[in-house]
Amino acid sequence: MHLNVILAQTMLGLSAGVFYAMLSLGLAIIFGLLNVINFAHGALYMLGAFVALIGYSYIGPWLGYDDFHLGFWWALIVAPVVVGCFGMLIERFMLRRLYQFDHIYGLLLTFGIALILQGLMSRYFNVSGTAYGGQPDSLSGIVNLGFMYFPTYRLFAIVVSIIVCVVTWFVIERTSLGAVLRAGVENPRLVEAFGINVPRLITLTFGFGVGLAALAGVLAAPIYSVSPLMGANLIITVFAVVVIGGMGSIGGAIVTGLALGLVQGLTQALYPPASETVIFFIMVIVLLIRPAGLFGKDTAS
Amino acid sequence: MPELLRIRDLNAWYGESHVLHGVDMAVNEGEVVTLLGRNGAGRTTTLKSILGLVDKRRGSIQLDGSEVINRPTHRIARQGLLGYCPEERGIFSRLNVDENLNLPPRLSRHGMPVEEIYAMFPNLAERRRSLGTQLSGGEQQMLAMARILRTGARLLLLDEITEGLAPVIVKTLGETIQQIKQRGLTIVLVEQNFHFAAPLADRHYIMEHGRVAEVVEAADVEAKEAHIKRLLSV
Repeated sequence: MHLNVILAQTMLGLSAGVFYAMLSLGLAIIFGLLNVINFAHGALYMLGAFVALIGYSYIGPWLGYDDFHLGFWWALIVAPVVVGCFGMLIERFMLRRLYQFDHIYGLLLTFGIALILQGLMSRYFNVSGTAYGGQPDSLSGIVNLGFMYFPTYRLFAIVVSIIVCVVTWFVIERTSLGAVLRAGVENPRLVEAFGINVPRLITLTFGFGVGLAALAGVLAAPIYSVSPLMGANLIITVFAVVVIGGMGSIGGAIVTGLALGLVQGLTQALYPPASETVIFFIMVIVLLIRPAGLFGKDTAS
Repeated sequence: MPELLRIRDLNAWYGESHVLHGVDMAVNEGEVVTLLGRNGAGRTTTLKSILGLVDKRRGSIQLDGSEVINRPTHRIARQGLLGYCPEERGIFSRLNVDENLNLPPRLSRHGMPVEEIYAMFPNLAERRRSLGTQLSGGEQQMLAMARILRTGARLLLLDEITEGLAPVIVKTLGETIQQIKQRGLTIVLVEQNFHFAAPLADRHYIMEHGRVAEVVEAADVEAKEAHIKRLLSV
């Protein structure tokens, strides 16, 4: 096989992998501090894409200003903030009541929230998808990478996602703010006994993880069509990524997300029929050999 | 000396199990008091109850005159200027020595500067970049003490700080407590080791079955030594 074909598939794999990375990163951050597997993550990713879509195509006419469009650059900021605040309300008024019970209740609640969000959006929007028209002109067209012509927007999405992942990793692993978060993951009661408002830390952390999902949703909007089920389809793969990487490792979530995107892209080139299942195949192998995941600590008790 | 901590009729529960049955004690500013007693007498639970780290508590806990029994843990710590050193030391394994030291927020302006702390604990200074789990037991204990000295805490709650440590380290800890006391800090010390506690404390609370069974002033320790040892023996 020609090297250029492999490089081309690597780029395509990467452009899926960055979405896996951003979503599994948010899931890992949330799981670390809340011990909740956020099943609503896919729905909140979808909501992020819809904030961009509604902001661009619908909100103007709804408010009676037909010419108003919330641009893509604004959506990159507004959607994570709006969805992040929505997430913080969910945490503050629903999830928080469940911490005293088994983790399974948090999972059930978030699963229910995901179903409600998908159902509500399906009521008002086309399930087979709506095109997002807000992609800026500066990002349209293609660039020559030397070995292939690649859509400018996809390259932009890859670069932005990787920057966001690296900055998030750096803040958590290398700064004093991140030290509070790492300590909170390990022993929240003691962190609170030092005078740190841990309940507020948990709310903000959930909001941040959910905001990452919304940001991924906005970045996805110009690539995929915006549909109420876009998150439900993606999240199944993302959960496989999380299982492979192991819960709770920040760097592990990013690396696994990118790597599995690449694996998927290369499988597409080498043996296309397996490209949809290869991640689940890897998941089975990893679970047999390392049940805690590639980067997970074995805490079987 | 003003009264810093006053506990009245404190009851505490872990889940369904009722652990404290009406504890009463008082600590004045600048004092060192100990909670002595056998395992399971309720000493650690008394410390945890002050911080709200039990499942349920009733009675009264006053810090510097204001009632805190219904407050959340982080507000109690800030309002009472508390420094807590838990029994398991609570060194965070994913944080290095510097990060562990700088984790607790400053509570007042009277905290020790980091350089002064490293001068007090030279072993830690050499290991600033080591992760918490790479430290020896003695170093972890030093770090757990150093960490709360930095915050400017006024009332230190120290739980079994000598447990499982070599005699030479226990001796160093004793000297550290003396230095802290001279700085005017107030200390509540949960201790198993009476010989460690006796020369340091102004007063001993001997606990039994979730209550204070006896209060012994430092001046009476010699006269009552046989009696105290009988209460503490297993």
